[in-house]
Amino acid sequence: MSANVQAIESYRNSFLKEVEANVEEGDWVKMCMQCGVCSGSCPLGPYWEHPPQEIFMLIRAGKREEVLKSSSMWMCTSCYNCIARCPRELPITHIMHGLATYAERLGMAPKNQPTRKFALKFWDNLTKKGRVNELKLGVSLYFMNGFVEGIKTALKAMPLGMNMYKTKRLNPMEYFGGHGVKDTSGLKAILKKAEEIELAKLKKTDA
Amino acid sequence: MADIVATNETILVVGGGISGMTAAIEAAECGKQVILVEKTPAVGGRVSQLYKYFPKLCHPTCGLEINLRRLKANRNIRLLTMTEVASVSGETGNYQVTLKTAPRFVNENCTACGECGKAVEAEFDDEFNYGLKKRKGAWLVSNMAYPQRYVLDPRIIGTPDADKAKAACKYDAIDLDDSEQETTITVGAIIWATGWKPFDANKIQPYGYDRYRNVITSVEFERMMDPRGPTGGRILRPSDGKEAKNVAFIQCAGSRDRNYLKHCSRICCMASLKQTTYLREQFGDEGKSTVYYIDIRAIDRIDDFYQKVQADENVTFIKSKVASITQDKDENPVLNGVNTEGYQRYANTHDLVVLAIGMEPSTAGSDFPIDVAVNEHGFIEQDESNGSIFAAGCSSDALDVNRAVQSGTASALRAIQVINRVASTEG
Repeated sequence: MSANVQAIESYRNSFLKEVEANVEEGDWVKMCMQCGVCSGSCPLGPYWEHPPQEIFMLIRAGKREEVLKSSSMWMCTSCYNCIARCPRELPITHIMHGLATYAERLGMAPKNQPTRKFALKFWDNLTKKGRVNELKLGVSLYFMNGFVEGIKTALKAMPLGMNMYKTKRLNPMEYFGGHGVKDTSGLKAILKKAEEIELAKLKKTDA
Repeated sequence: MADIVATNETILVVGGGISGMTAAIEAAECGKQVILVEKTPAVGGRVSQLYKYFPKLCHPTCGLEINLRRLKANRNIRLLTMTEVASVSGETGNYQVTLKTAPRFVNENCTACGECGKAVEAEFDDEFNYGLKKRKGAWLVSNMAYPQRYVLDPRIIGTPDADKAKAACKYDAIDLDDSEQETTITVGAIIWATGWKPFDANKIQPYGYDRYRNVITSVEFERMMDPRGPTGGRILRPSDGKEAKNVAFIQCAGSRDRNYLKHCSRICCMASLKQTTYLREQFGDEGKSTVYYIDIRAIDRIDDFYQKVQADENVTFIKSKVASITQDKDENPVLNGVNTEGYQRYANTHDLVVLAIGMEPSTAGSDFPIDVAVNEHGFIEQDESNGSIFAAGCSSDALDVNRAVQSGTASALRAIQVINRVASTEG
């Protein structure tokens, strides 16, 4: 490889192309004009390592590791303030979730990021029966950071739980099985097919 | 209005702002017959509402004065104020246009002495000052209004105020029986110069124009500098009347934003740069300006002006589109956002915020009164299907005064070509 070609290669932004190909709504990233309205509008913006404006610039600067290993896009709460205000109508919320999903698929997502943990728990919970089992999900969240803390949190929440039970907002029997959709195997088949389609897309762009 | 003489060798100019006046005068000075119609009681349009023009920073009275003299001196122009186009039919070189003239209730005897204004008690929002101030029910649009003739607000007709105005007039100039007139004329070409209007700032929810008193628009700021304007020529906070020495300018307020206006309004960068000089003019070194921008679009010659303002240490530039405005307990606007140069988050407090408001065609939001090709932004396209209807000034695009005048002249030339063609075929 000649020096010139090497120099050109260093400018080639393969990461932007990778994002465009693999991340949901990724082809919008190039449309960002760096005005900063998304970062300024995000209610959690000050707590992000890299708010959306920076994520877009990092992608365009080819900072693959910095973006995909970042906890930032996991901070998005889908309030849609950024989408509502973006002067270029970038679907920022969707891009953030798309990046998070892509990072997870590659195994690069930060393992102990709480939103990521919750997302995985939620998905497992939901896909078992096609309905969210709120009791199981809640309890598993209590114990997310260890047994002792789980007990403490559960005790703290007990009065609330009792009140919910009294007003028939909480059914303890849900913990044993719980309700679901009629055709669970049908649901599983749907999910399996969806995953196949997603993976096929990914393979195509790898080639 | 039976005395209007018009043929298909006549050019109709719709709109008496800087573009329409220019087009009318240029065509008339080429010997063509021109009818100039203006919706409001006086010509001059939005230019007459400015304090200064960029980049030379001279007062519009100067530029308008020259045009008014040319207008007054030219016998080929027939000016009809308070007149709108109701309908247009016909084809290239031969249009039938129906004009509607609203009653002024004041005839040509008026000397603009002002006695009727003193006599009338009812007050209304002053359109010339964007409603920042009240005017009487009998009023002169501005000091340099042409024609120099008072107007009676139709809302006082039938009230005792109307009789008071009539009694106060020493020149028998008040005609309370005046009524709407409609007339149809034939013209060979039409120059459409109905200009622009400021984008409705209430729609930009995060900036709180509708909620915060100390958030104003650039056109309102312009009125503040007029010695006869709402603040007597002083830069004051609307909330408490205190001097506003620390002013933020927010660029692209409504422009370049797919939620509002997609297009770049072109004038706002220069307007804000110009307005920073107003602060220096009024407060010297104490007048601080901060310009929040995406990128400053000062092109070709006017870049010199940008460089001059950049050199002023009282003017700070922050590369950021402001995300939102809040206000503190003293009604000071607080601007929130992220500075793109370094990605620092800020919450900056200012005395006053000026939204560099975008420009939209004055016809936006309503059905276009004539059948012409209009682009997605509402500006008239130059299109063969328009026949001999030509756009001038801000009807054609977002333009500054300089370019609007060029556009006016260009449209006059196009109209003249049509008239010459019509004249030669008719022998």
